Amino acid sequence: MTQDTHDRRTVLECMVWAGTGLLWTIAGGVPQSSLLGIGEANAQAATGFNFLQISDSHIGFKQAANPNPLGTLQEAVGKVGTLTTRPAFMIHTGDISHLSRPAEFDDAEKIISSAKLDVHYVPGEHDIVDEGRGADYMNRFGKKLQAQGTGWYSFDHAGVHFVGLVNVADLKAGGMGSLGAAQLAWLADDLKSKSSSTPLVIFAHIPLWTVNADWGWGTDDATQALDLVKRFGSVTVLNGHIHQIMQKVEGAVTFHTARSTAFPQPAPGTAPSPGPLKVPDDKLRSVLGITSIAVRQGTQPLAVIDGTLA
Amino acid sequence: MIDRRSLCAAGAILTLVLLSQQARADEAAVKIDNFTFIPETITVKPGTVVKWTNEDDIPHSIVGTDGKIHSKAIDTNEDFSFTFSEPGTYNYFCGLHPHMKGKIIVAP
Repeated sequence: MTQDTHDRRTVLECMVWAGTGLLWTIAGGVPQSSLLGIGEANAQAATGFNFLQISDSHIGFKQAANPNPLGTLQEAVGKVGTLTTRPAFMIHTGDISHLSRPAEFDDAEKIISSAKLDVHYVPGEHDIVDEGRGADYMNRFGKKLQAQGTGWYSFDHAGVHFVGLVNVADLKAGGMGSLGAAQLAWLADDLKSKSSSTPLVIFAHIPLWTVNADWGWGTDDATQALDLVKRFGSVTVLNGHIHQIMQKVEGAVTFHTARSTAFPQPAPGTAPSPGPLKVPDDKLRSVLGITSIAVRQGTQPLAVIDGTLA
Repeated sequence: MIDRRSLCAAGAILTLVLLSQQARADEAAVKIDNFTFIPETITVKPGTVVKWTNEDDIPHSIVGTDGKIHSKAIDTNEDFSFTFSEPGTYNYFCGLHPHMKGKIIVAP
């Protein structure tokens, strides 16, 4: 008799912490809010493996919202050393730099590499504004990751299939993020050999669900990508770009955006534009952060617990 | 009696003033503020230099839908200029935030 695929369902626990230690857990079905210490957060993630998400470091940004993004990136990476469970690797969901300048990439890499973890990058729109329109990003990061096109690729870790997508290149007037036909064809092919019980983690810079169309916070052809993952029992989509935590659960797909390590942006509809949000200096660190995701083998259904830092 | 040198100087100044006014007439400004091109549509004469100035705390860029214009990233308080020689309608958007759209109409 074949084994029930549900027995092998992988539960993703997702913890987001910054400052005082905020916990998001994917485990159970009903979203709950909780403020927990880092110790408790780690205690809940004792099995499987952990990985980290870091996003929107914007090295080179100099405006009032945070004149020292290099310092806050350093603090964020410093948190890695405080985790009791060593992460298997890190993903960076884009906007490594502010203006794609070589010195910005150099500075960012120097700090991020101090975590001594493999880093799987995808570019943000700020990483491909060099003269070669992303050539420098591909030389520095894409090649190492064996990325195709403008920087997409996939890899496997402990039975979980990870897909890094690019939705910031070749954007169209009036549109939002875009994956494009070539990348969608590649994705279809990439997923073809994967069984439906394989847990998927898909990461890209701009959210793959429409958070706010007026601000361009979405991806025009995300539906086509999501159609390709419909048959999978566990799909986690990790994004950045909007510099705040947003989450949505749709069937077997959990969407989740990470905080920036540089500066916050306003919640949709609360400001005239999505520009950097200046908060009092002593509040800045409470709105920045990194995300730790624990993948746990087990039989519990996928669910999400989230909370605010307020 | 007015001496000839004063007349010459007055004439030179007048010429300079006229020239500078002529130069001003061939320039147009678009402000980028709150992720919006202001004004969103402008009509200019052929040969006009359009200058975009970014007043946001985030970089923007100017990308023509016909592919002829593609600025670098324009950071906070930086600007980018482009001379529109040929009559026509030029639609453009921000290469970083494509929901931002604008239009330059060049007409004699």
